[in-house]
Amino acid sequence: MIIAFICRAILLGVPLLFGSVGEIITEKSGHLNLGIPGVMYVGGISGVIGSFLYENACGNDIANMNPFLAVCIPLLCSIIGSVLMGLIYSFFTVTLRANQNVTGLALTTFGIGLGNFFGGSLIKLVDSEMPSIALTKTSSFFTTKLPFADSLGFVGELLFSHDFLTYVAIIIAVAATIVLKRTRVGLNLRSVGENPATADAAGINVSSYKYLATMIGSAVAGLGGLQYVFAYANGVWSNNAFGDRGWMAIALVIFALWNPSLAIAGSFLFGALCNANNYIQGLGTETQELFKMLPYIVTIIVLVFTSMRKKREHQPPESLGLSYFREDR
Amino acid sequence: MSEKTKAKHHHEPLFRIVKRDDLPWWQAWLIRIAAIVTAVLLVGVISTLLTKGSLGEIYQTMIKGVFGKLFEGGSTTMLWKFLQETAILLCLSLAVTPAFKMKFWNCGAEGQALMGGLASMICMIELGDKLPYPVLLLVIFLTSMLSGAVWGVIPAIFKANYNTNETLFTLMMNYVATQIIKYYVYIEGGGSNTIQPVAEGNLPVIAGNRYLLNVIIVAVLAVALFIYQKYSKQGYEITVVGESQNTARYVGINVKKVIIRTMLLSGAICGIAGMLLVAGTDHSINTNTVGGQGFTAIMVSWLGQFNPFIMVLMSALVVFLRMGTGKVADTCSLNASFADIAVGIVILFVVGCEFFIRYSVKFKHNKKEVK
Repeated sequence: MIIAFICRAILLGVPLLFGSVGEIITEKSGHLNLGIPGVMYVGGISGVIGSFLYENACGNDIANMNPFLAVCIPLLCSIIGSVLMGLIYSFFTVTLRANQNVTGLALTTFGIGLGNFFGGSLIKLVDSEMPSIALTKTSSFFTTKLPFADSLGFVGELLFSHDFLTYVAIIIAVAATIVLKRTRVGLNLRSVGENPATADAAGINVSSYKYLATMIGSAVAGLGGLQYVFAYANGVWSNNAFGDRGWMAIALVIFALWNPSLAIAGSFLFGALCNANNYIQGLGTETQELFKMLPYIVTIIVLVFTSMRKKREHQPPESLGLSYFREDR
Repeated sequence: MSEKTKAKHHHEPLFRIVKRDDLPWWQAWLIRIAAIVTAVLLVGVISTLLTKGSLGEIYQTMIKGVFGKLFEGGSTTMLWKFLQETAILLCLSLAVTPAFKMKFWNCGAEGQALMGGLASMICMIELGDKLPYPVLLLVIFLTSMLSGAVWGVIPAIFKANYNTNETLFTLMMNYVATQIIKYYVYIEGGGSNTIQPVAEGNLPVIAGNRYLLNVIIVAVLAVALFIYQKYSKQGYEITVVGESQNTARYVGINVKKVIIRTMLLSGAICGIAGMLLVAGTDHSINTNTVGGQGFTAIMVSWLGQFNPFIMVLMSALVVFLRMGTGKVADTCSLNASFADIAVGIVILFVVGCEFFIRYSVKFKHNKKEVK
């Protein structure tokens, strides 16, 4: 049961991990992208559209489907969708220097609207009885386990039984940590987020760093939506099912102290907290609702604690939320 | 090599961006109105592409969706619905405005309003048959304001003392509030996910119209907030703290006090919004009572430049689009989320157009500009 609990926590945590790593990359460039919930919706629905078209093109026979294409088409669609959202966000906040909070919130409204709009339209198109669209065949390719997972007992289940996007998420998180902390590109990016004027004076192209960081961050976050649909929900898209995971991913950024590697542990912990209520015996439904507060309360505590201690490496990027204009004083 | 050829070889960008001096107010408004018109046109064009109707039909449907049969039979039902929705959105926008003016990003209007609504609900259920009606109303009013204010002041205390990031703190408080509501609805609804409308402690119905009182209260609030921000000493302090905390400290303003006091006010107005929704409209509560309008309010406040009277127009615009595109989606059997897309587009346009008010774009050939 413990193993099942941990596996479930990981499964629940991965969308958050994608979302928060994407948001960390964006925030390191000094942009607080509150559009991430919308981006994740778009990432999910783009993948659904891609896979829907591919499944339809193949007819109803799973044997016709090429596993490679079945995975790559949704993946590519998802990335394109979320990068476009990132592009909109960075055009408004970097080039037009619009207020980041307002732009982000508008993008969230827009993105969730897009997701539900296309989701709802697809549901109507297939004319199913349930208010959802099921792409279980594509999902089966996403959730294919490693062949030796079953033969290794509980170790296999714990370490190797997850869908491949889980491993992708962990690899991206570790890679992001290394890039941010150990490479010149990472150093430049961090300096852009801390003090764009200084970075500019040092010859770093501030705008292109901001654009790239936002777009890459959005692509990563969008994969969270994709993983949710095809791994967690077994390829079933129903409107609003993704819920407020996007906001939780933003919370996780603080929890992880802007460190992608910490976000790995944090996301699994959040997954566990979201899920703990189902595994503790004898909880009434009302107490379960109180239990679901835990991730948010833990985030608040971490937020308060880090701001009290004022350790330099645990602070948000210095110029987070401010737009940069070279000729400003 | 002479200076001249060197300059020629130097890469010159196609255009550059220059900060403008303050535009005259009418030019700035011309730009904003142009942006709104463009955005509304874009929404119309997208609608025509999706529904294959003509542009004129789309706008007719939108107007019909907002004003109903006002122009045909004189029925004002839809019009009042429009006024009510505008009033609620405006109330939440008014609430976040003083905080924003202080550059305190209160993203927690949703949670603060929910907590205010919860206080109303508890009073209505627990005290409904125990107190005389006028006393009950007063108790509902005060507890709602208080509980909204408490929810708003918690992040403010930490912001004032430890500079804790308020955007994220207030966001998290929303979800804590949502879970509390879920918990309460569950125990009060006896296991079902709804609370039946409560008959006690409803706000009075004036002139036979159930929305009129809400609209009046919000209108009074808007005027009061305008006066508070523009003519009171506290309003002035908010502006100074928002412009520069160092300046504020230098002139002897107690910044911590201003932050906490302003968030008490902001939360209290959110609490009133919650009361209007629960005691004044639904007579019940669920997690969707505020329905994400706390976030829309942030955008309205920003678009209205923190001026309550412009905010009236902006919230009317947002509600108009929401209801209008909702109607378009409904009649043409599109998905209802089309309204969200439309609101998102318009807000992005209006936020984006500020750029052209604050900056001007100078192209390469335009060399005279360089002093």
